[in-house]
Amino acid sequence: MTQLALVIDLNVCVGCHACVTSCKQWNTSGPAGSMCDDNPYDQDPNGTFFNRVQSFEIGQFPNTELVHFPKSCLHCEEPPCVPVCPTGASYKREEDGIVLVDYDKCIGCKYCSWACPYGARELDEHQKVMKKCTLCVDRIYDEELPEEERKPACVLACPTSARLFGDVHDSESNVSVMIREEGGYQLMPEWGTKPSNHYLPRRKTRIKIHDDELIRADNPLKKEGVKPSKIIDDQTLDDVTSW
Amino acid sequence: MHPAFSVIFLTTLIGTGQGLFLALFTAQSYAAVDFVTINNPHQFYAYGSGIAMILLIAGLISSVFHLGHPERAWRTAAMWRTSWLSREVIALPLFMFIVFIYGMMHYLQWDPTVLVTRQPLQGQLSLYVGILGTVLGFVLFICTAMIYACIKFLQEWHSPLTVINYILLGTASGFTLATAYSAVIEPELVTLYGTWATIITLTAFISRAASLIRNKHIKHKSSIQTAIGVRHSHIQQKSMGMMGGSFNTREYFHGAKTCFVRSMKWIFLLMVFVLPVIFITTGMKSGNINILVFAFIIQYIGLLAERWFFFAQANHPQNLYYQTVG
Repeated sequence: MTQLALVIDLNVCVGCHACVTSCKQWNTSGPAGSMCDDNPYDQDPNGTFFNRVQSFEIGQFPNTELVHFPKSCLHCEEPPCVPVCPTGASYKREEDGIVLVDYDKCIGCKYCSWACPYGARELDEHQKVMKKCTLCVDRIYDEELPEEERKPACVLACPTSARLFGDVHDSESNVSVMIREEGGYQLMPEWGTKPSNHYLPRRKTRIKIHDDELIRADNPLKKEGVKPSKIIDDQTLDDVTSW
Repeated sequence: MHPAFSVIFLTTLIGTGQGLFLALFTAQSYAAVDFVTINNPHQFYAYGSGIAMILLIAGLISSVFHLGHPERAWRTAAMWRTSWLSREVIALPLFMFIVFIYGMMHYLQWDPTVLVTRQPLQGQLSLYVGILGTVLGFVLFICTAMIYACIKFLQEWHSPLTVINYILLGTASGFTLATAYSAVIEPELVTLYGTWATIITLTAFISRAASLIRNKHIKHKSSIQTAIGVRHSHIQQKSMGMMGGSFNTREYFHGAKTCFVRSMKWIFLLMVFVLPVIFITTGMKSGNINILVFAFIIQYIGLLAERWFFFAQANHPQNLYYQTVG
């Protein structure tokens, strides 16, 4: 079974919000209608977003590090938002594991948003239906697009390739290899939701240089005995030849 | 969580309606075995069911204000296999239907004896309808409470105490209303109802206090560390990704000051439990209708505060992601 998901590399995310804006641009222009965006350049801006980038300061001054943390629906393998929906508007697709909302069935009761521990769902104030990341389902299967563009808008927008997209159930896929080899983890594992999206931690690149690598133990200059001394006033080859 | 008034009114109004029906049926089952005598039973049950219906309909109307698309509400019966909300949506009209039938049977005084057993027990049809209504009333209480109790990461709600509280608080307000109602048209039932209202209110006090104590000492499983998956004891949010707020900052915060939340707790403890018990006891002794009506009004307003506090106290783990505007 396929489970499409994102892998977000916190090691390279620079917090530029390009994924946020490209997500909003693609999804507000989609067949499901616009995502509301009230007073975008005014006081009290307010709107629906599927994706946010947050920043967390780790540690205490001066030993701090700022981690930029993109957050969208994690497309859980055990999504707690789906069984609570009274109308069946929230569902998880069998074929690719994407958790979606049928906007024509949603009654806007907000119960699914209560049942998501990650706060991944937002009620659209204009359409009065629950909205969430669709993993750009209207894009990733679009055969009109060149194959390399059949990816979520946020993945294409990321300038540092901090967002990877693929099938986490295929153990040889790019995302699975990254999760396996770079220490990918899930958010709030304590609730058993099994998020499909994984995060890769900050990694420090360090090389260990041993002392004997700096000072050669077998350096002939360090050998005991008479060290070759420089012969004063002796001509060298350079002195006698003109190249 | 942000306490929505639609849901506060829904849960308190239907709770009182269910409690009132249970109270009516209690009197009828007592009368069936001649524990009490009611002068004009049909009138008493019919008008009582009418009041219960009004409360249930008012609750249903207020629930509509919680929905973004009420015109699609008929769809909510679809997922009863998995969703407690869907089960509630089925149980509520079913219960209302039975209350309506029960009330109409008494109003039209159509109550044939279907199963004659030994005296004094009489097998009136309305008794069987009442049993069905009682079962459905409890089913509805369980469905309503389980909507909240089934969400495991809202740890303040995820407890059997939530279900017990919904049952006891609804029943207590229903019996208090029945005490006031009986004082108006069947004064001989005041002692029966007043005694039960006091007992149930005091029992509800024990279970609600138990949940308050439980919630005071609750240890939240989620932390900022598990939320972003970074293992460090000093993590501070610097930006939530927007300045203007969103659904995430509105829906999950009660938005009130700590002192307000704390005072709500003492207000509801006083108004739901202490004052009604005092008023019911004095009203029972003096037979003063006004005091008994006042007892119900006080308790109902107290229940609004109780429900507000119930929502405000629940701490949603998503709030960990929304600590700092920026």
